[in-house]
Amino acid sequence: MEVRVANVRKEFDRFPALHDVSLDIKSGELIALLGPSGSGKTTLLRLIAGLEKPTKGAIYFGEEDASHRTIQERNVGFVFQHYALFRHMTVADNVGFGLKVRPGATRPAAAEIRRRASELLDLVQLSGLEKRYPAQLSGGQRQRVALARAMAIEPKVLLLDEPFGALDAQVRRELRRWLREIHDATGHTTVFVTHDQEEALELADRVVVMSQGRIEQVGTADEVYDTPNSPFVYGFIGESSSLPVKVEDGQLWVADRPIGLSVPDAPNGKAELYFRPHDVELLEECNGCIAGTVVASRRVAGTRRVELEIGGERQRVEIELPIEHPAAQKSRVAFRPRRWKVFLAEG
Amino acid sequence: MAEIIETSSSRARENRASAINESRATRWVLMALAFGFLAIFLLSPLVLVFAEAFKRGIEPYTEALVDRDTVAAIRLTLLVAAISVPLNLVFGVAAAWAIAKFEFKGKAFLITLIDLPFSVSPVISGLVYVLLFGASSVLGPWLKSYGIEILFAVPGIVLATVFVTFPFVARELIPLMQEQGTGDEEAALSLGANGWQAFWYVTLPNIKWGLLYGVLLCNARAMGEFGAVSVVSGHIRGLTNTMPLHVEILYNEYNAVGAFAVASLLAGLALVTLVLKTILEIRFGHAIAGSRGH
Repeated sequence: MEVRVANVRKEFDRFPALHDVSLDIKSGELIALLGPSGSGKTTLLRLIAGLEKPTKGAIYFGEEDASHRTIQERNVGFVFQHYALFRHMTVADNVGFGLKVRPGATRPAAAEIRRRASELLDLVQLSGLEKRYPAQLSGGQRQRVALARAMAIEPKVLLLDEPFGALDAQVRRELRRWLREIHDATGHTTVFVTHDQEEALELADRVVVMSQGRIEQVGTADEVYDTPNSPFVYGFIGESSSLPVKVEDGQLWVADRPIGLSVPDAPNGKAELYFRPHDVELLEECNGCIAGTVVASRRVAGTRRVELEIGGERQRVEIELPIEHPAAQKSRVAFRPRRWKVFLAEG
Repeated sequence: MAEIIETSSSRARENRASAINESRATRWVLMALAFGFLAIFLLSPLVLVFAEAFKRGIEPYTEALVDRDTVAAIRLTLLVAAISVPLNLVFGVAAAWAIAKFEFKGKAFLITLIDLPFSVSPVISGLVYVLLFGASSVLGPWLKSYGIEILFAVPGIVLATVFVTFPFVARELIPLMQEQGTGDEEAALSLGANGWQAFWYVTLPNIKWGLLYGVLLCNARAMGEFGAVSVVSGHIRGLTNTMPLHVEILYNEYNAVGAFAVASLLAGLALVTLVLKTILEIRFGHAIAGSRGH
């Protein structure tokens, strides 16, 4: 099922949580809504589910305007952040709940509901736990029950709110891979919310980066990582360093020296240079480079991170050096970013 | 401090885990105070009630209980509880639902209103109904012209009892439902349940022990209420006397055995309530207090 979010605005008590958001989700796609807390990602998910009504705009399921459909009519599978399993019901009853509450004519017989439930528990690798209660399960198992329960109603769209948020790192990674497999096997259009970029980049076909109630960028993992289209995305996805620079005649300047990077079409003025700390070229001689004094150095796994103080204004940037690099305290290091982007200062 | 330092190493080990422990003497004094207080103010009256009731043996006791007016009082008390407890159950669940699950203007005011019967003297609650439905009110004579008696009749007693007991269920459920939030209900709706199904299959099982607890307390109060009922009842023997009122009448007539026999029933009810309450607290304490099961 295709889902189209068209110019949706959502206010809570006059406070805008989403400003004019539009998004096309293709059928069968696995989409991540990624952003810091307060970016509106969960609100967007709840709007798609029908747990909230948009203040303005519309949400289409296929060709049909679903904005005024109730959550029951939308037939979405929603997995809640804390699972919201019914704690007084067994695992099997939890999974079968969506079938049990169907109106008489479409409700399967009790035996059929049981059969469907154990089939789904097979799918989520929990067979044998039918008779357990949620309190007797581990976090990862509860998560799987929640997913099986959501899939029991044969939803048009599967929506997951921070699906791995409450789990520890090890279980997280396993479940991530497993969710991808389930998605590929069942082909549900799936949208999940996360604040964990690694999760979003690894799992999703496309990532929707959100900030302050707006969509900053939509793209594949490669697109949002390699060509961020705003300072926010550069800063939020992956690690980045930034340095205030000046554009003059198509050249970038730091303080009073050119750094050997050209921006032919940019107008003169102040700007901010962004690059990845690991994506730099170290230089022996400096004719057009960024040079600075090492003020801090720390070991990060297989590399060394150093903080440099640049120029008279003592701007600090972080770059990555090979372990064997002899950069000790107070020594000078010259480098030039390999891949970088300049965002002109606003105003 | 000095004492601790002076103690031998074995004593120190013994006390290691209990830094906040007082000395043995202090503990004894505190416990003796607590138990002594309870014995004087709670236990001795309870013993006295039963002692007085059985002073002349079993026979006068049972005779006093099968007395026509006493049976009428018992029946009326049960009737009043049977009407007011279900009413307050429905009201309590509805109010707690509204307060815990929705945001609306005047919520704080509603919570204050629910607490009102706790802060108002029961006699005042009774007087309010006298003013509302009495002979000199607007409503009373009008209803009377249709043959409806409120005051000095069963409806008045029920009204007063409902008023006095309505905080119990609501007060018990509000914190419980607030803590449980709306997640489970949203999950039920997202799975296709309608509002009624969500309530019946999800909300109600989540609050059932807390609800039972509230109903228990509500019932105990409904049967034992004296002040408010006393004002509106009119004390007509065999007609508008509830058990607590009947106890008073019998006592004033120097019928000690009769008075204490009925009182022993109320005391028995209190004991049963206490036992049930304790069982609920021990077995389902977490569900009543509102902490999540998982």
